[in-house]
Amino acid sequence: MSAIVGVNGIGKSTLLRTLGKVQPRLSGIILLMNKELKDYSPIDLASSISVVLTEPLASKNLTVEELIALGRQPYTNWIGKLSDNDKKKILEAIAMVDLDGLKSKKCYELSDGQLQRVMIARALAQDTSIILLDEPTSHLDLHHKIQILKLLKHIAHKTQKTILFTSHEIEMAIQLCDKMLIMNNEYHEFGEPSELIQKKSFERLFPSDSVEFDAKIGSFKIKK
Amino acid sequence: MESSNKYSVPFVLLFLALVLFFGINISLGSVSIPLKETLNAILGGDLSNDQWKYIVWNYRIPKALTAILVGSGLALSGLLMQTLFRNPLAGPFVLGISSGASLGAAILIMGAAMLSGLFSFGMINDVSLAIASSIGSFLVLLVVVMVAYRIKDTMALLIIGLMFGSITAAIVSVLSYFTNAEKLQQYIYWSFGSVGNLSWQQLLLLLFIIAVGVLLSIISIKPLNSLLLGENYARSLGVNLKKSRYIIIVATGLLAGGITAFAGPIAFIGLAVPHLTRQIFNTTDHKVLVPAVLVYGAILMLICDTIAQLPTSANVLPINAITSIVGAPVVIWLLVRKKKMIF
Repeated sequence: MSAIVGVNGIGKSTLLRTLGKVQPRLSGIILLMNKELKDYSPIDLASSISVVLTEPLASKNLTVEELIALGRQPYTNWIGKLSDNDKKKILEAIAMVDLDGLKSKKCYELSDGQLQRVMIARALAQDTSIILLDEPTSHLDLHHKIQILKLLKHIAHKTQKTILFTSHEIEMAIQLCDKMLIMNNEYHEFGEPSELIQKKSFERLFPSDSVEFDAKIGSFKIKK
Repeated sequence: MESSNKYSVPFVLLFLALVLFFGINISLGSVSIPLKETLNAILGGDLSNDQWKYIVWNYRIPKALTAILVGSGLALSGLLMQTLFRNPLAGPFVLGISSGASLGAAILIMGAAMLSGLFSFGMINDVSLAIASSIGSFLVLLVVVMVAYRIKDTMALLIIGLMFGSITAAIVSVLSYFTNAEKLQQYIYWSFGSVGNLSWQQLLLLLFIIAVGVLLSIISIKPLNSLLLGENYARSLGVNLKKSRYIIIVATGLLAGGITAFAGPIAFIGLAVPHLTRQIFNTTDHKVLVPAVLVYGAILMLICDTIAQLPTSANVLPINAITSIVGAPVVIWLLVRKKKMIF
């Protein structure tokens, strides 16, 4: 599980969305399994990368189960009929994200935190080796932020999937992530959180006149 | 998930209702024909009165079948547009298809009179009107498809369609201003819409166009469902968005354009039937919605046509007005009663 952190406007979401081919790349090449991303057919890409974006759902009138079932689209036939294997994967995703009790609720009945878990379950049902999430914890309270991040860590370690997400929850990411990418204007740093703390990378993240980073407790303090 | 079983009872009921309203539609008309004789005529038996047989076979049955095709096709194209544009106000005519057809008809009826020195448009009849309005709607559709090729943003496409509508409406106004009263009346009469006057050959052609439109919609069911999540999610699920959008736009063009060519611009059905269907079936799954709007559209159009022909009277009301007068209160009632719009 890896997090991308950085100040607003540095390009975290742009990077993530480009990696997921949600938006076109500006320049350079992106390799996935030694193959250029642009050479992937839509269906092949859909079975390799799933995404959870910040944009709202076009229709909130789907039930939780229907929405998660849409994650199986890359594998279903021309009319979208679910096979027994598809149904099994959907139930697995529902169980892993603990949504059994909400299965037949409509999406407009859910809280933000519940909806985020449903979107994660949909990505899980898509059964890809990589899941990209754009700010999965925004709009959530502290408890639900921790719940979502712990869930992602649990998924990453249990299913051996690569989970990459953008976040402003730097302190939580330090505690929970295996790797972090720090985006700065001049250069970007990637490594384990403990390495990055030792290299004083977090100190350079924000202008030093507003906050300072306390390496001992791995957290930011407001400068008085 | 078990959509096929859950919805089989409503579908059987809907189908029975369709048969019932088809029967009512053809047994009522300006000439009163006993119900027994009408049924006898449908089943191919001999009638005591040759005139009745002629009326049933050459007037009422083609008209009822046209109503079914028109209702189904418009309802389906409305559903396609509402999902593609993720906009509950979208209808089959948002791409400017109806305005294109109006322009074609207006140029034929009113423009031809003005240019009579240059051209000699001698005949203005149902066939030439159908040709003119289909040329008009397909020209507009062609421009929209070309724009769709260049513009990625679906919302921009919606606005461009509306702009085309405004331009063509303005040209029609200018034409109306310079034309004479007789021609203006002829144009207004066309704009009332009509499901009568179709010969069996024309009906077959319309059936063919609509069948192609329905087929294109059926192969789009899966992308339509993924579009419920939004365009970016649909793409991330492996949908070839560009291709799917094309197919959906062409299907709408065939359905709405073909119908407008033969029956004139018919309002409301395309906008309202998808809403009615979502409310009643309480789902947004296009595997259910596509067949359901086809049947609902047909039923609603049959009812409207039955009312429009004012049974036992020789007068016929404009169908275009009846669809709104009958349909709008139904939608308002449903929305007020359920207190929540399903979209």
